[in-house]
Amino acid sequence: MDLQTFWFCCLGFLLAGYAVQDGYDLGAGMLHPLAKDDAERRVIYNAIGPFWDGNEVWLVAFGASLFAAFPDAYAAVFSGFYIPFMLLLLSLILRAVSIEFRGKLPSELWRRFWDRVFFGASLGASVLFGVAAGNLIAGVPVDSERIIAAGLSDLLSPFPLLMGLVTAALFAMHGACFLCVKTEGHLQARIHLWRKRILLAFLVLYLVALVSIMARNGSAAEHLRDRPFVGLFAAAGLMLAAGAFREAHLGRGLRALGASSLIVLMSVAVFCGCLYPDLVPSSLDPAWSLDVWNAASSSKTLRIMAAVALIGLPLAVAYSVFMHLAFRGKVRIENTSY
Amino acid sequence: MPDAVVLARLQFAMTIMFHYIFPPLTIGLSLLMVVMEGLYLRTGDKTYESLTRFWTRIFAATFVMGAATGVVMEFQFGTNWAGYSRFVGDVFGPALAAEGILAFFLESCFLGILVFGWDRVPPRVHFLAAVMVALGSTLSAFLITTANSWQQTPAGHVLVGTGPLMKAQMADFWAMVFNPSALPRFFHVLFGSYVQGAFVVMGVSAWYILRGRHLDFAKKGFKLAFGLGLAASLSLLFTGHKQAVIMALHQPAKCAALEALYTGADHAALPLFGFPDDESRTLRFSVEIPGLLSWLVHGPKGGRVAGLDEFPVEDWPPVFLSFQFYHAMIGLGMAFIGWLLLNAFLLRRDRLFHHKLLLKGHVAACILPFLANQFGWGAAELGRQPWVVYGVLRTQDAVSTVVPAGHILASIAMFGLLYAALFAAWLFVLGTKIQHGPEDAQGGGGKPPLPAL
Repeated sequence: MDLQTFWFCCLGFLLAGYAVQDGYDLGAGMLHPLAKDDAERRVIYNAIGPFWDGNEVWLVAFGASLFAAFPDAYAAVFSGFYIPFMLLLLSLILRAVSIEFRGKLPSELWRRFWDRVFFGASLGASVLFGVAAGNLIAGVPVDSERIIAAGLSDLLSPFPLLMGLVTAALFAMHGACFLCVKTEGHLQARIHLWRKRILLAFLVLYLVALVSIMARNGSAAEHLRDRPFVGLFAAAGLMLAAGAFREAHLGRGLRALGASSLIVLMSVAVFCGCLYPDLVPSSLDPAWSLDVWNAASSSKTLRIMAAVALIGLPLAVAYSVFMHLAFRGKVRIENTSY
Repeated sequence: MPDAVVLARLQFAMTIMFHYIFPPLTIGLSLLMVVMEGLYLRTGDKTYESLTRFWTRIFAATFVMGAATGVVMEFQFGTNWAGYSRFVGDVFGPALAAEGILAFFLESCFLGILVFGWDRVPPRVHFLAAVMVALGSTLSAFLITTANSWQQTPAGHVLVGTGPLMKAQMADFWAMVFNPSALPRFFHVLFGSYVQGAFVVMGVSAWYILRGRHLDFAKKGFKLAFGLGLAASLSLLFTGHKQAVIMALHQPAKCAALEALYTGADHAALPLFGFPDDESRTLRFSVEIPGLLSWLVHGPKGGRVAGLDEFPVEDWPPVFLSFQFYHAMIGLGMAFIGWLLLNAFLLRRDRLFHHKLLLKGHVAACILPFLANQFGWGAAELGRQPWVVYGVLRTQDAVSTVVPAGHILASIAMFGLLYAALFAAWLFVLGTKIQHGPEDAQGGGGKPPLPAL
């Protein structure tokens, strides 16, 4: 494997780490309206309480690594998707502060306000991630100068919006599996019921998304058709979704959560498998696509970065495992809780 | 409508200034929390435990603001400064990525333990978490200051390609990391943060003492913060001096602008204040110490300091603003030293704690290090203009050509509204926490605590 491909894999790993972890807390945000009173709402906030900030670091690390490893792709995508990225920032900031500030005052009005912000921002961020992924799979108008000049209506065309919907369903499903592990009683029963519904909705959307990728022209569709391992990931996702449904039905929460985590992982794997070796496929001329070689930093930089990643990423995984073990089990409301 | 370059700069200035309200406070507090919890583990004194718990809560509410507004900075390099990102990605990117991979993971993981782990992990592990959070934020400060210092005094890179395809490429990683200004600037940033943390702890403690609340808590916290504040503000003299000498050597036009030295001189004077006037190329209404600038830069024998006249006008930084910011920072720094030394005498045998006026002074002084840090960075960044990488890439060539001015204006409006609301919410939350005081408060007189949230 060459250095450029190694870095593609590292970015895929960071993206997967982000989606598997922040996916459940974005999902928890979308399921938040299922809580019926303040006590239940607090349980949901505290279920993700110790984790969400660390989960978001995976996105920060992904962004910074993209900048370092593939600056041309970073520059083209971030400037070309200006408005969606600004909206994504808005969502992420609002989410962070709604979690942090909601519980600071006993006022009903204050708390309900931040609850709505939390829900809206979680949904918004999930859809925007999907829209970004959908645009990359569909290809974007990268020109010969490596600039993406696309209007907002181009970026919000039906296929990316469908991908936005799939992503929201994916995270909501994952969040439901997570919350079932962390909650008890009536709240858990309600989330459990919705988990099944969302799982079914996800299954349908996932199939529609796969079919519509296959039906497209362009490199991503070819990769999905021609690369057996990509098809394998996609099929594994389907089987895992069925498995998650079964485990959920049998009330085995941890196994369902394991399955949903693997579904997220498989979805990221399908996404990366469809793209590689491209980072940003050009819809104007395939020769203008930004790929892992023509958009990469120098080998020297990639080697230095590889050293950083080989030290840092195992540590990051260790921290994540440690945190999730230290705060395992049902939510306990303590005096340091949100 | 102003052009995209001006708007992109405005947005960057606005978002970075807002962001930089928070990290110095968390960096300063993180060190104090380590000391507090360390003292608690050593002495078993419950007051140190409530100090740690209380300041951890303030820390957490501030950290989340720093993290949330920090993501904006990272995105902005790509969204608004695509030209910059393409040009420097190979050299600047690794510092940013190392910050994310090495520092942020460390910081945020142990922050979770620190805030939520009191009853989940043994005390020693909790203390370890405090140390790791402090370490993570220091590492993060180092890497981001290094990246910025590379923009000031670029080193360790080569330029490849020509015309619009030219970019900087990594030649020597360690030369990039330890570029000429990196270490003095890092320590300056670090000590500036300690001063900020210290002043906030002193201010809040003084407020409690004035109200007769949580006296033991407040006095112990005050003394710890005082020690840190004094040590850090004295250290700033050295890092500041070192940095200025390096600037005179490597960024002569910036040095000339910060000191409003329109004409180069062998015995250049050091202005204390004044009003630079570009039209007449003079510093009006100034008070200067003759020969001191040359002495500071070159030592007792003195020597030539380059003036703005040696550079084409299009290479001048905005002189008036950078001069004022720079001197406001220095003035505040000197004032901190004077103020703390004055208090040092009164702090013996706790006489200070009966001195209402001085205590009120401490409450008010909270805000000053925030200003000093803003002024300092304002001078550093304005003084670098018109370059985004000094002498290598001009700011006007660094923007995203594809983003229309209207979009930037819209995002400025969005951030303006959002940040104003966030700032109000943050102050409000902090106010509530301070009003509430430490959880296990022994000193009476305060309001009954709010229900635990």
